[in-house]
Amino acid sequence: MFPPQFDYERPDSLDAALDALADEDAVPLAGGHDLVPMLKARERTPGTVVDLGGLAALRGVERVVADGTERLSIGALTTDAALLDADPAGVDALLDATSEVGDAQIRNRGTVGGNLAAAHPASDIPAATLAAGATLHLVGPDGDRTVPAGEFATGDHETVCTDDELVTRVSVPLDPDAGGAYARKTHPSTGYAAVGVAARLRVVDGAVADPRVAAVGLLDVPTRLPAVEGALVGVDAGSPVDAVAGAAERATEGIDGAVREDHVVSAGQRCAVLPEYTERAVSAALARAVGREGVVA
Amino acid sequence: MSEHEIAATVDGATETATVEARRLLVHALRENWGYTQPTVGCESGKCGACTVEMDGEVVKSCCVLAVQADGSEITTVGGIEGAPDGLAEVGGDDVAAADDDGFGPVQRSFHEEHGLQCGYCTPGMILRSRDLLAANPDPSREEIREGLKGNVCRCTGYENVVDAVEAAARKLEPIETDGGAPEDAVDAADGGAD
Amino acid sequence: MSGEESVIEAEGAVPTTADEGAAAGGESVGDSPLRREDARALRGETTYTDDFGQEAAALAFVRSPHAHAEVAGIDTEAAEAIDGVVAVYTWGDLAESDAPMRLPVRTGPLDCEVPGHPVLAADRVRYDGQPVAAVVAKDRYVAADGVEAVEVEYDPLPVETDPEAAASEDAPTLFEDAPDNVAAVGELGDREATDRAFAAAEEVVSVELENNRLIPSALEPRAALAEHDRTEGFTVTMTSQSPHGHRRKLSHTLGVPERQIRVISPDVGGGFGHKGHHHPGEAMAAWAARELGESVKWTATRSANYREGAHGRDHRTTAELALDADGRFRGLRVDTHAGIGGYALGGGGAMPGWYGRLLASQYEIPAIYCRSRCVFTTTAPVHSYRGAGRPEAIYVTERLVDVAAEELGADPVELRRRNFLDPDGFPHETAVGATYDSGNYEPTLESAVDAVSGLPRGGERDDDGRLRGVGIASYVESTGGGFESGVVRVHPDGGVTVSAGTHDHGQGHGTIYAQIVADEHPVAPEEIEVVEGDTDKIPTGTGTFGSRSTVVGGNAVAESAQEVFGKAREIAAHELDADPGAVETTDSGFRVADGAGEGSDAGDQRVSFAEVADRAYGRGLPEGLSPGLEATTFYELDNTAYTFGTHAVAVAVDPETGEYEVERYVAVDDCGVRVNPRIVEGQVHGGVAQGLGQARSERATYGADGALAASTMLDYALPRASDLPDIETRAQETPSPDNELGVKGIGEGGTVAAPPALVNAVVDAVPGVDHLDMPVTAERVRTAIED
Ligand SMILES: Cc1cc2nc3c(=O)[nH]c(=O)nc-3n(C[C@H](O)[C@H](O)[C@H](O)COP(=O)(O)OP(=O)(O)OC[C@H]3O[C@@H](n4cnc5c(N)ncnc54)[C@H](O)[C@@H]3O)c2cc1C
Ligand code: FES
Ligand code: FES
Repeated sequence: MFPPQFDYERPDSLDAALDALADEDAVPLAGGHDLVPMLKARERTPGTVVDLGGLAALRGVERVVADGTERLSIGALTTDAALLDADPAGVDALLDATSEVGDAQIRNRGTVGGNLAAAHPASDIPAATLAAGATLHLVGPDGDRTVPAGEFATGDHETVCTDDELVTRVSVPLDPDAGGAYARKTHPSTGYAAVGVAARLRVVDGAVADPRVAAVGLLDVPTRLPAVEGALVGVDAGSPVDAVAGAAERATEGIDGAVREDHVVSAGQRCAVLPEYTERAVSAALARAVGREGVVA
Repeated sequence: MSEHEIAATVDGATETATVEARRLLVHALRENWGYTQPTVGCESGKCGACTVEMDGEVVKSCCVLAVQADGSEITTVGGIEGAPDGLAEVGGDDVAAADDDGFGPVQRSFHEEHGLQCGYCTPGMILRSRDLLAANPDPSREEIREGLKGNVCRCTGYENVVDAVEAAARKLEPIETDGGAPEDAVDAADGGAD
Repeated sequence: MSGEESVIEAEGAVPTTADEGAAAGGESVGDSPLRREDARALRGETTYTDDFGQEAAALAFVRSPHAHAEVAGIDTEAAEAIDGVVAVYTWGDLAESDAPMRLPVRTGPLDCEVPGHPVLAADRVRYDGQPVAAVVAKDRYVAADGVEAVEVEYDPLPVETDPEAAASEDAPTLFEDAPDNVAAVGELGDREATDRAFAAAEEVVSVELENNRLIPSALEPRAALAEHDRTEGFTVTMTSQSPHGHRRKLSHTLGVPERQIRVISPDVGGGFGHKGHHHPGEAMAAWAARELGESVKWTATRSANYREGAHGRDHRTTAELALDADGRFRGLRVDTHAGIGGYALGGGGAMPGWYGRLLASQYEIPAIYCRSRCVFTTTAPVHSYRGAGRPEAIYVTERLVDVAAEELGADPVELRRRNFLDPDGFPHETAVGATYDSGNYEPTLESAVDAVSGLPRGGERDDDGRLRGVGIASYVESTGGGFESGVVRVHPDGGVTVSAGTHDHGQGHGTIYAQIVADEHPVAPEEIEVVEGDTDKIPTGTGTFGSRSTVVGGNAVAESAQEVFGKAREIAAHELDADPGAVETTDSGFRVADGAGEGSDAGDQRVSFAEVADRAYGRGLPEGLSPGLEATTFYELDNTAYTFGTHAVAVAVDPETGEYEVERYVAVDDCGVRVNPRIVEGQVHGGVAQGLGQARSERATYGADGALAASTMLDYALPRASDLPDIETRAQETPSPDNELGVKGIGEGGTVAAPPALVNAVVDAVPGVDHLDMPVTAERVRTAIED
């Protein structure tokens, strides 16, 4: 309940923040809803906590066009609540997932960048960014780099982001024909996802195209569900029910890694409910895509 | 280890303290400044007993460092007045004047519906319920239950809490303004920053 | 209670008392004035223990990470060197003092002689989280630093957290005097008669079940602020459901007389049993306050609170029911292993008695035999948690009845009805020695069944392909045990202060006691002050637990009120120069009843209550009356009062995932006269919510290493608003004939009825399954369907 001693800095520019992070044992603090509980449990003992709260430039949601594609750029420090309030079009799964995060108070503080950077295996937002094929923008002492959502997390609370780097924003490709959705089984005690599934797909000529389906809560890192994606390609969007259910049944096929478990929800149960939540996410995504097909063309 | 001068406006009063960086906002409020309304029920951010409003948003003060609250405006249940943001009580001032306890409509509904027993969760419950109603003035029971999931109550089984929020909703109506409900305006500004 | 008409009322209806004669029958009792307790809480003006003593030194414990180990050495040096650490104590320091510093064991029910729980581990730890050393520092952050800096060397020993396994041959022994870890064996009923009943039975059904271990989880963690003064002795402000009980226990632990200890329990943020027990925190804080000559405060963190217990339930039971060819119950045989944790604390060993006595539930069962073994396990102590033995007992019986119905192909409702006790047969003594005061079971059953009658059941599939099921559970609950004090004091200005040895922590005693007293006095309830929670202000009492406060506290207060009122009337009669029988009350005093006095203006002859009070303390007392206007009652029932009812649940199960929804929950309860029906409903809601928590999600699970896996609120599946269904309440009022108010307790009924009702519903929905252990998780349901 009582964090250990640490120093605290609140830089007011990105450069100053990177300087502060150059110190060994310095950690960035965004919304604090992953870090502060860990400090309270003394599971982390940083020398310095670098509060990113002063970096107004890392906050906000905007549409950008890069390399000819339209993308939604979300500043890392945008809170979950601010993203939901902005209610941008074209990122259904992300909005669904964000609205499932914790509770209202947590969403008022927790940030999109923090949620990704924390790399909690049962966080909701990483499922949506993976399904959407999002890109994370990082900056460090050696400059900028981008990392695809699927390559960002490397383990439970581990990412490719080094100690002296920051995630500045995440950008999500926008596709007017795509529909997305997120569905999750809430863990009965933690309130995070026991399993959460994000789906994003397009409907082209009345059939499902480019499906991307990703799950969290299952493995230590967010994972695509390859068998589901494969089975969804070409499904008739006019009468999809059985085909979607059939595809969802294959949710655990081809998954690589140990399925998580704890004393409340076993690995077996996570696998058992995965098809159901996959089906829900895919059906909802498909319904949205069908609703959009043609309208935006 | 570093110590920091912080200042915040709490329930309208200016408070200052020198705190260690590690000090939690809930402890600054309770111990440095004597605002014991936010209580502590867990250490993991689950229970919501420590809920306060910080710069107009409900937060769990056990998951915020006191230094992060430097310069902010904080409201505990002791500092709330009247109806939630953007809403007015049906019957207005007459109803409020008739309430000997000086309660706002949400508090009064909790009283009338027995929405509390031991009272430990109540300050957080009231603040979050007001916030919920400001965003959704006419919630269904499911929306209320979902909306209160960050506030644990071990006494009431939530039944009368849900009743109380429903009853409060019946007492409230949106304030008519030209440019739509005021809370929307605030939200748009937040979302649109930068 | 023959010929009683019992009226079932839906939620919120105006109560009708079945027997006006047995009830107090006043204006206020039965009404639902709003709770006087609310205003402070709604403004955040309540004062809980941790709100006091912000300047006090902070106490924190070094807790064992091992469930079972020898403490080989403790190095406190580094901790003592920390700036701001005031002192670090170990058992050695306590042993050198003249205080015993062992939490007392209630040896009565035990078959072994075991030492009490040392406030700091003496040489061995017996559960994860047991306090090993204590750090006192200038504030709690520094205390936490100190805790981290204390180095303890442990030699781990084998662990066993399951009560049944702990009683087996190869389990590690916790105490030498109980080599098989069995602390006590309790037997109830008639073994031979029961064996004969089984031998003669047409049908025998059985069930093996676990009553899952729970953590009470009051939202406010336990805390104590201790001060010591050479002349005044100890003042301990603490989170207590039982201030006098804690004073008594502290007196044992500290080795000082009770009169030198004052326990103050301010506002308390929920209790559910675990603030009735004695824990190391308050004793250590008091000891350190004396040692250091300064105030010391201890506030448990949530995980400390979870790890040190006390927990509830933790039974493993095999039970059998014998029936004759007509489906009548002939015998019940129950064998239970009850885990009591690493130390015998108070109620732990007494539990089997509380448990076994309820096994007959609402039924005529001529022969019952129950054997329970209290077993030490390497876990936190187990003690009373909301219901304390009653939920465990009713769960056994109500599950067995449904299993029997399934096996006999009978309707579970009809089977219950057939075996109900005759409403004309009260008082009724059961085969396990409980004497039920009154009851009328069928109408509550009918009402509950009616509420779910149109719903699909028995595994029928609905349009969504979900399996539907309905379950009911009928129950009795023993309420109002032990004595209680109640004082009514009228001040010379006519003001009234009521006090009782109970202690409110959400139940609304202030509101209820004022209602009870107002019915005896010409004073409005709002004007009656109610005081609880201070051993210096209140005569010795027992406390609030076991659904007892309204029953024994309420009647104690009522009796005192009557005595005071009788005297006031005599004084008034004297003032009015009338016969006491001719004096009646007004809103604020007394007058001569119309036609009773001299002349036609008799009704105009009045004396105010304030004047009467003044006379009581001043001149003008009638001859033969002594001065003063107050009374103290110590009240105890010969037999407890038996609340009863039936709860009905309807569920819809998704066969693929095992997830299920509670579609409907209806609680029909009869707790005799309801002093404040809205408060009763609140108690039912809270009890049902905790009962559903037990049935659906909660379990204090220990890992294979003996560490509590459910050690934080994120690891213990406490229900949120979004996890619970709406709970509908209905009431019947069959007054208890054994107390003036006609009341019975209702604090625990929900925790008793909800678990079997829920499990019965899910089992009904899932074809081919006759039992599911709690918590009935989606996984358990799914695997049961798959098998
Ligand atoms: C009770 C509770 C329930 C919750 N339930 C859910 C849930 O259901 N679903 C869910 O998704 N989440 C849940 N969360 C987590 C919550 O959403 C977190 O706030 C979020 O995951 C982390 O975001 P943050 O802004 O608070 O980050 P912080 O806690 O500030 O930081 C998290 C980590 O990321 C690092 N970091 C933060 N920002 C950056 C950056 N820009 N660049 C590099 N590193 C950075 C920090 O150093 C830290 O290590 C819950 C939290 C709590 C307390
Ligand atoms: S005390 Fe802050 S969420 Fe529980
Ligand atoms: S009223 Fe006690 S925790 Fe809510």
